[in-house]
Amino acid sequence: MAETTGPERARSAEQIELSVREATAGTAATPRDAGRWAAKVDRLDAVARDGVRGTNVAGRRLTGPVQGFGKMWQKTYRLSLGPQVTPEQAIATWKAHFPEFWPAGNRFAGALTGISPGDVALLDLAVGGGVKLSTGVFVLYADEESFTLMTPQGHMFAGWITFSAERDEAGTGVQAQVLMRANDPLYELGMMAGGHRKEDVFWAQTLTALGHYLGVPDAPVQTRTVCVDTRRQWRHAGNVWHNSMVRSLLQTVTAPVTALRPGRRTG
Amino acid sequence: MDGPRVTMDVRHIGETAAVVDIKGDVTAACEPVLMSAYEQAGGLAASRLVLNFGGLEYMNSGGIGMLVTLLVRANRHRQQLAAYGLTDHYREIFELTRLDEAITIFEDEASALASTGTAR
Repeated sequence: MAETTGPERARSAEQIELSVREATAGTAATPRDAGRWAAKVDRLDAVARDGVRGTNVAGRRLTGPVQGFGKMWQKTYRLSLGPQVTPEQAIATWKAHFPEFWPAGNRFAGALTGISPGDVALLDLAVGGGVKLSTGVFVLYADEESFTLMTPQGHMFAGWITFSAERDEAGTGVQAQVLMRANDPLYELGMMAGGHRKEDVFWAQTLTALGHYLGVPDAPVQTRTVCVDTRRQWRHAGNVWHNSMVRSLLQTVTAPVTALRPGRRTG
Repeated sequence: MDGPRVTMDVRHIGETAAVVDIKGDVTAACEPVLMSAYEQAGGLAASRLVLNFGGLEYMNSGGIGMLVTLLVRANRHRQQLAAYGLTDHYREIFELTRLDEAITIFEDEASALASTGTAR
């Protein structure tokens, strides 16, 4: 058996020290939230999915509250699940069955794997009169106790909605919190003319359905609405060009014609 | 529920600017800490607020939402908001959420203060 000589032993020690330094540096360089955020995208890609029209998403940019037009609102819808369900269980269930909790008439077509950072889901939303508003959402962030969806150009609102669960003295509470501005002047008018109330009903029904699924039927949903900024951002009034409501109406009217055209594309 | 795992120390630079040194986790839970820091910074009627993210260890979407709320308050008082010390990872998050269009990002404190016209 060969005996290790002095210089070789010294070199080994240096290598070990280097490995430790590299390992330490690697740990320090990797943030704890890595993998929970979506990778940066400039414009959205959309994969066609069954059951939804799939328009008004591909090629769109994401829009946060900074890019929106209307007053900024923070709306919080909260429901208590009691002590039987952990926050992790609640969020795992919500992610896995997200579309099932939406009110009837609305479609959420996400990835088959559930909710993961970077996913793009296609939406068909019932807006009355048999018209569907086709748009989408982007999964901005997801961890074991929360996930956040961000909206593209043309969506009713510019912003994001965070679904989360946490323990308090009463047990586990789940909540949906929207931080948004109406995306353009038309949507702002719509929000003032009953849109806010419709949104409140939408998320209250969603939380109620989640509670029912988790064995907590008929728990009351608490709603808190705060106007964070009363000013409208008129410099973003031009967002109306992307308005998915207007485009969905046009797409509905022209559908019989466009269906006959070869090579039609989504987007 | 755990309390916020963050410290935000305020340094006043001259009479018109303040730097907030953020160390730890930026989540929705640290909103009271950030707003307290904002009040301290605005105590001297600072017209420029610079956020130092050099000590940022973790941020979730609630933290980004909180920064948007801070931005609204700063705009209301006609204060400029700037940031520096962001790693590539957090700079990408600012770009992804398009927060960088409202909070200008700089490489270091000197350039953040210089751009806002504040000399040390």
